[in-house]
Amino acid sequence: MEPTQSVAKRSPGRWLILLAVLLSALTLSGIAASPAMAEDVSAASATEEPAATEEPAATEEPGATEEPVEDFEYNFRGNVQFEGEPVEGVRITVEGGGFETETETDADGRWEVGVPDNEGTFTVTLDEDTLPEGVIVVEEGGAEREAEFGLTRNASVNFFLGEGVRTTVSFFDQFVQRAVNGLNFGLLLALAAIGLSLIFGTTGLSNFAHAELITFGALMTLTFGGTLGVPIWLAIIIAVVLSGILGWVLDAGIWKPLRKRGVGLIPLMIVSIGLSLALRYTYQFFYGGQTQQLVGATGTPRINIGPISLTWIDIASMAISIVVLLAVAFFLVRTRIGKATRAVADNSSLASASGIDVNFVIRIVWVLGAALAGLSGILWAYFRPGVSWDMGFQILLLIFAAVVLGGLGTAFGALVGALIVGLFVEVSTLWLPSDMKYVGALVIMIIVLLFRPQGILGRRERIG
Amino acid sequence: MSSSVTPTSKPVKTTGLHVGDAAPGVRKVDPILIADGVRRTFGGLTAVDVEHVEIPRGAITALIGPNGAGKTTFFNLLTGFDKPDTGTWSFDGRSLAHVPAYRVARMGLIRTFQLTKSLALLSVMENMKLGAKNQVGENLFRSLIPSIWRKQDGEIEAKAMELLTRFKLDAKKDDYAASMSGGQRKLLEMARALMSDPTLVMLDEPMAGVNPALKQSLLDHILDLKASGMTVLFVEHDMHMVRHIADWVIVMAEGKVVAEGDPHKVMENPAVIDAYLGAHHDTDLGADSEHVEALKELIDDEQ
Amino acid sequence: MDWGAIFGNAAVELISPTTAAYALAALGLAIHFGYTGLLNFGQAGFMLLGAYGYAIPALKLGWPFWACVLTALAASVIFALILGIPTLRLRADYLAIVTIAAAEVLRLIFTTNEFRAVTGSANGLSEFQVDLLALNPFPPGRYGFGPFVFDNRVWFFLVIAWIVVAIAAVFTWLIMRSPWGRVVKGIREDEDAVRALGKNVYSYKIQSLILGGLLGTLAGILFVLPRAVVPSYFQPTLTFVIYAVLLLGGAATILGPIVGSIVFWVLLSFFSGFVSRAVTAGWFPFMTQVQAGQLRFILVGVAIMLIVVFMPQGLLGNKKELAFVK
Repeated sequence: MEPTQSVAKRSPGRWLILLAVLLSALTLSGIAASPAMAEDVSAASATEEPAATEEPAATEEPGATEEPVEDFEYNFRGNVQFEGEPVEGVRITVEGGGFETETETDADGRWEVGVPDNEGTFTVTLDEDTLPEGVIVVEEGGAEREAEFGLTRNASVNFFLGEGVRTTVSFFDQFVQRAVNGLNFGLLLALAAIGLSLIFGTTGLSNFAHAELITFGALMTLTFGGTLGVPIWLAIIIAVVLSGILGWVLDAGIWKPLRKRGVGLIPLMIVSIGLSLALRYTYQFFYGGQTQQLVGATGTPRINIGPISLTWIDIASMAISIVVLLAVAFFLVRTRIGKATRAVADNSSLASASGIDVNFVIRIVWVLGAALAGLSGILWAYFRPGVSWDMGFQILLLIFAAVVLGGLGTAFGALVGALIVGLFVEVSTLWLPSDMKYVGALVIMIIVLLFRPQGILGRRERIG
Repeated sequence: MSSSVTPTSKPVKTTGLHVGDAAPGVRKVDPILIADGVRRTFGGLTAVDVEHVEIPRGAITALIGPNGAGKTTFFNLLTGFDKPDTGTWSFDGRSLAHVPAYRVARMGLIRTFQLTKSLALLSVMENMKLGAKNQVGENLFRSLIPSIWRKQDGEIEAKAMELLTRFKLDAKKDDYAASMSGGQRKLLEMARALMSDPTLVMLDEPMAGVNPALKQSLLDHILDLKASGMTVLFVEHDMHMVRHIADWVIVMAEGKVVAEGDPHKVMENPAVIDAYLGAHHDTDLGADSEHVEALKELIDDEQ
Repeated sequence: MDWGAIFGNAAVELISPTTAAYALAALGLAIHFGYTGLLNFGQAGFMLLGAYGYAIPALKLGWPFWACVLTALAASVIFALILGIPTLRLRADYLAIVTIAAAEVLRLIFTTNEFRAVTGSANGLSEFQVDLLALNPFPPGRYGFGPFVFDNRVWFFLVIAWIVVAIAAVFTWLIMRSPWGRVVKGIREDEDAVRALGKNVYSYKIQSLILGGLLGTLAGILFVLPRAVVPSYFQPTLTFVIYAVLLLGGAATILGPIVGSIVFWVLLSFFSGFVSRAVTAGWFPFMTQVQAGQLRFILVGVAIMLIVVFMPQGLLGNKKELAFVK
């Protein structure tokens, strides 16, 4: 990008922030509706932080402004009317690119919702339950519409309403559908969680950079399958192998030397946080901030089995997860090196005294853990759907929750924990608004720690 | 073990501590600590299963036994650092069941640890001051106003200085505890324990990793404790030391008390010889023994 | 290359309210991590409670500023108790995971559209400072000296921020040199040893968690005073950056967090100002302006790693400690 262009590009962004502040103030309360008040607000935001006045990059504070610009970068809007009269309070959900949000129509029947980027397809859903009695969406495609941005920042999505009887999906059918989605999500979480748990078990490290191993798999698949045009199945294999190599490199380059130095566990954990930050922004440096799609991630036809609607990618994803998890279980229980791994996780010094090469085992665990995380990232890219630089970080806490729920350091506990978290996250959307679905899983983790700190399958002695 | 370690003067042994024959669980004339039916299991392994034991007041009692006999676990149970599955135990007539460790310490039962727990990045003097009881400045709100606690802190410092001089650590008072040798840390830990004027001092392997020269002075210090009216219970492997300074010996094996008695006689007890030579060499896994399933599988494969 | 602007902007960071807010949040973490050894990874959550605890009563209930501050502090104490009671008996890394999760739960709750009427959801809240600004003693206008030219509003917030930081630093200094501080430092080294000396370790840990959290909450208020409250400020990355500030300055020191914050912001401003202008001048043809902005986060991450491994005592920590740090 030419420098001049980027400068030109920034100023509308600025105006959008301003607009966002204005709009938020407007929606907040009635008092902000007067123009005088709105002017005040714009003056306030213009004099924000002193450093922000001159500095082009200063609006981007660490940890502070990864998202605020996103909120109104691109907008979907529409108008909901029935027989010429606006309908108020209709819930509209927009989902796509790993982002999900919802809004309601105002007194004029209008709605508007911002999304972080304009790549890919979004699904805009009108919740028919919030329409007046006897009114449904009459047009082709019903209450769920696919929408894309063209070259503009705004896209209109209008629903046409008419009289009719709504065919509702029964609670049970919804539940089954969500549970299947949850199972799929839980299985892909399990892939990552087992790696995290094995690394914790053998080295004591709470690896915050695990999120970046997840992202790495998806990014590599994107590069090979998209940019370089390698067939997608081959791209996935290459990405998983490269993830394993990354695990090897990280252990050889960072973690083994630090273990040799005798760096304590808490400093190691902080190092992993630094590594996570550095890797994540390195990804953003090279791949940009937008969401991209893997081959076949969108627009795949759906297969209906009873109340369950799945794409063949969902089915393949679950199949791959189950096969890989069984292989990992076989590895841990049946093979010599797998048993050695568990022995090191159980009692490292005793294993070492029994002639097990602990460093070799740890190296294997890193390679395996990173490859599993990479695979998990690819599946997560299909599940969301979308590949972005921070996609791993978005589910890192869920993976930690899975590991803690199962009992820190036990591989099978991590699997059970991941399935619980996955199911809980998806099924809870029956009651919770979808932008709060992670809250439930995290709260459950905190509650489990309260009553059973060793986790569901963990042993009591593991508590300090 | 080094047999050159002998107390400077032959210690005066306290006798006539027990009532009746010196059998396991024998009653004491004046017990300070009584444990009844204390049991602790880790998974399938019973680490401690003590039916009845009494610790005599004003004497030095040694707790001995082979590795994995449950001595340290028993220590942890008595001092509130671990919770038994069942059992009652009392100190000075007050029940200790469900009493948290810090309250046990406040009652006057102070312990040390097998692996010394000197507070590495605190100075020796700070380590000592931390041992004192009832400090007003340890309350958050009072800590804000130095004039409230400064006088007491001065008194504590004087007392700490006195103890440090006695333990010959006074020259190191401003050094980090981390900079001291293993033996000096043992001394510091003992001196710190004395800051609270305890009635019962429990020492977990006070001689482990201490060089012979320091062992000498540690022995003298333990005898001093008795001389100043304290009761001492200690875990030790060094039999010379046990014979020299202990008034009473309790032998544990596989979690149970197998023998009690006078230090010279108890060594001849067949139960004790059996406990030490009884080839229970593979029980040295302690609390970890349930964490080795995978290792066992691995070893089985190779055989 | 406009070196004057680069140095000027960097100099502004010396005294900016944001620098003060980060210093205060890091001082809170120093109480947690540096002195007590508690791994609080939810400092962003405490800051969020400060920001919203202040803004919501101010905007929605019209409360005076002091009542808003008290509300924020009360919310922070409750949050600390909820986090601390279940986890402070457990191993240290549980607290890390629970605090980071709880902070995320808070952020998601304040982001969801469900409570838009109260929280403003993703767009946040603004104009909650009116009550406080009524007390602004600085005459209207922009003035100052050298690079330090601000409007009266910024001057006001700047002075408040540094006064609060100074009071908090004196407070922390007082408690850490007292017997209370001695117990807490002992807990950092080995909590079992301190328990064996008759101290109620659990109670001290909760006290420490509350105190450091209160400083984090005040930091959250200071942080949002010059701007709007937006939930996305309070991502886990914010906590990580505050850890970077703390470790840079020295974890177990009073002035370390303050010096750390100043050095961090001045260097970061200088670095990003330089890179951004170098890109504009065409010195780095392979880099776009946006990428130049990301480079500094990469730098922060690498800096965290290097400091922890090679300079664990930080800028102001006792060099003697280095030989004994595990």
